[in-house]
Amino acid sequence: MKRCSLLFISSVLAAQEATVIQNAMVYTATKPAFVGSVAFTGGKITAVGEKVVVPPGARVIDGTGLHVSPGIIDSHSHIAVAGFGVNEGSVSVSSMVQIRDVLDAEDVAIYRALAGGVTTANILHGSANAIGGNNQLIKMRWGQTAAGLLMEGGTNSIKFALGENPKRQGNVTPQQGGGVARYPATRMGVEDIYRQAFTEARAYQRAIADFKAGKTMMAPRRDLKLEPLVEVLEGKRLVHCHAYRSDEMLMMMRVAEEFGFRLATFQHVQEGYKIAKEMVQHGVAGAGFSDWWSYKMEVVDGIPYNMTIMTKKGVLTGVNSDDAGLMRRLNTEAAKSIRYGGLTEEQALALVTINPAKQMKVDNLIGSIEPGKSADLVIWNKPPLSSYAVAQKVFIDGTLYFDRDKDMSDRGRRAAAKKAIEDQLKLEAPPEQKKGGPPGRQPGSRGPATEEIAQ
Amino acid sequence: MRLFLLSLLAMFAWAEVPSGLAIRNARVVTVSGAVLPKATVLIRDGLIEAVGADLAVPADAWLIEGEGLTVYPGLVDALSTLGQEVRATGAALVGAPAPPAARGPEDRPRTFSWERIADKLRANDPRVETARSLGFTSAATFPVTGIFAGQGAVMNLGDARPSRLVVQSPAGQYVTLSAGGRGGGGGGGFPSSVMGVISYIRQCYLDLDYYKQANAAYERDPKGRPRPEYDRALEGLAESPRLLMPAVSLVEIDRVIRFVQELKVPAVLYGVHEGYRAVELLKAAGLPVIVSTKWPARAADGDPDQVETTRALETRAKAASTPGLLAQSGVKFAFSSDGQTAAEMLTGVRKAMRMGLSETDALRALTLSPAEIFGVADRMGSIEKGKIANLVVTRGDLLSERPRIEYVIVDGVKYSPPPPPVTPAKVDAAKPVASKETPQ
Repeated sequence: MKRCSLLFISSVLAAQEATVIQNAMVYTATKPAFVGSVAFTGGKITAVGEKVVVPPGARVIDGTGLHVSPGIIDSHSHIAVAGFGVNEGSVSVSSMVQIRDVLDAEDVAIYRALAGGVTTANILHGSANAIGGNNQLIKMRWGQTAAGLLMEGGTNSIKFALGENPKRQGNVTPQQGGGVARYPATRMGVEDIYRQAFTEARAYQRAIADFKAGKTMMAPRRDLKLEPLVEVLEGKRLVHCHAYRSDEMLMMMRVAEEFGFRLATFQHVQEGYKIAKEMVQHGVAGAGFSDWWSYKMEVVDGIPYNMTIMTKKGVLTGVNSDDAGLMRRLNTEAAKSIRYGGLTEEQALALVTINPAKQMKVDNLIGSIEPGKSADLVIWNKPPLSSYAVAQKVFIDGTLYFDRDKDMSDRGRRAAAKKAIEDQLKLEAPPEQKKGGPPGRQPGSRGPATEEIAQ
Repeated sequence: MRLFLLSLLAMFAWAEVPSGLAIRNARVVTVSGAVLPKATVLIRDGLIEAVGADLAVPADAWLIEGEGLTVYPGLVDALSTLGQEVRATGAALVGAPAPPAARGPEDRPRTFSWERIADKLRANDPRVETARSLGFTSAATFPVTGIFAGQGAVMNLGDARPSRLVVQSPAGQYVTLSAGGRGGGGGGGFPSSVMGVISYIRQCYLDLDYYKQANAAYERDPKGRPRPEYDRALEGLAESPRLLMPAVSLVEIDRVIRFVQELKVPAVLYGVHEGYRAVELLKAAGLPVIVSTKWPARAADGDPDQVETTRALETRAKAASTPGLLAQSGVKFAFSSDGQTAAEMLTGVRKAMRMGLSETDALRALTLSPAEIFGVADRMGSIEKGKIANLVVTRGDLLSERPRIEYVIVDGVKYSPPPPPVTPAKVDAAKPVASKETPQ
């Protein structure tokens, strides 16, 4: 704790300090790369360009031969969640649960993502339910507690899911544990769940309005399940919907339009290329994998050209990971769409920076290197879209959260510290074991009373 | 026969028999004040009548010459299942398995908030006598099954009938945050995840606010209003003076602190093995904690090839330093046996003492602090005039490796633990292990 807080204090101080990265290749994610500088202070980018005035007393980082990109944004991740999984899979509508409540700031996946240049991620509820839980935008502030991970000014969102997962009824046979079957069992049933839930939400919304208008004596009972759905109806909560098949996505857009809201993204969106026109019409973005498909029947129509086709048809497109391992190399995931369909480098980089920021309505804060935005920056040894690129330094809000040199030089010290603890534990081995007695009692067992009294 | 006569006397002949007990010229560790090097403790009718240096021993009092003896307040296990029917695994039987597959918070899944353990205590839990023999005179005993497992009680570890042993009920609501998993439509019912459990608790407290408002409005003017539905789950929460919340790791401590602050409910954290990393957090939150003395250990049947994280190793090495650090920073804490025997619990306390906890602080955490945590410090937890006569009389230090306990006094009743069994084979199984005398 002491170390954490010291780190925290020193890094906060560092964030206030004016810093200029000079003479690096700068990829802003909104315009072509150029050799120049990026200046930031107080956690915000203050200037970017070929020539940038160095404020007096500023810390200067020589970026010669290095490459600077915005921090990578993963719009679909499940890391840093503790407590029996990322699904409240018992019910088909679990909009009462919050990922925020179970963030695990000590999940090492945070640090590993950081080492891959990721600075922001949307931590999504799983896809077990038609209407899942509420997601949480976090920054990879390794070393802080859960509250310190939350992205300031981030938007609220909720997870929906279509396809095979929400129509699973559960482990209902006696062999599986004999649970009670969950509704629905079919894709039609999933659609029905949405209609039921939003009909309920509308009634709740009306009851609140009636109370505010003085028509009823008491406000309705606060309902944590319906509150987020009312926010969806009122456009205050984004919907990120797990979806593979085009027929289901068309259904989802129709239902949303029927209830008067717009979906923010289809996640995975494997058949997005088939319905790009309809997606543009509805105004829903597409966020998916680069070249990962056919891992189950409902994704056999996935193609690696998906991102390119959607981009060219005008869909706001992004690439994401859904996986702690893939998350560490989203830069090369984005680069694959240059190979498949020929996106430009700027378009490719945008898939993991400014586009996900726009999809999550936080592009005013993050996603590109522009004055006024958060100083979430990655310094790479090679161009960020190169498969040889390795993140050297990662800043979040101007604070250095990952430094490859420091990581490498600390490894010996960390190993020694671990060895020291192991040695200490060996010395402290319980006396019973030294005596060759029973290796520890079962918790709760009583043991013979007389023996205890003898102690 | 003698016991029977004594209890007859107790019922019908208060005035005629000696009703006091005096421990004269002993060292008295009051815990609430200074240690009295040579003082007399007078006990009458189950209470401490007086404590002081120059007290006259009343003629009707039984006398214990305290030369060479030390009197301590009785020890308190701050979280246990003592006095309950217990399965062999240590899990309490109270709190029947929940009906299957709740569909949401409205089904009140795994909730027994209205149940009071004080109503279910049984007289002959053998663990009570074991604990008493080692100097424990009170325990907080809680039902432990369920999200809202029910209301605990503070009880004295005497052998009177259970209703006479209860010091305070309800003493709080025991909460668990673990979930059964079985996600993905697992069929196990709501909630299946920790976030589901948290959302359920949050909804219950919102419901409680609403319940109170609706009932108050109905009471003011029932005519023309729909009658609020009676909800035993919310009734149980309404009468809970505090929540006992599980928090072992730093991540959990941080999470639970923020959660109870949001709920605005008085709370006590239990577990707290990574408290050594959370001292500042706990101090800022101002919440008391109950530290489990079941220090983390490598599982006896664990995979020998498993590479443990530095974090897991560090917690194993440092968990027992938590009490010392909490004491230094002024965080109120007590100890719980957490399913261990009383002897194991004291072994755990001594480990914490080897890792920086002073004897004074250890003693406080075993006496007055738990009494304060459960709101009964006005009646127990220290040796003060008027408090319940729960005492331990020893030859030497109570928290030493091999304490010599002469007497344990619970509600003024004197018990003599058996001497260390030199020849345990000779013990007659039919006879009670400890003898009891009732000075009444």
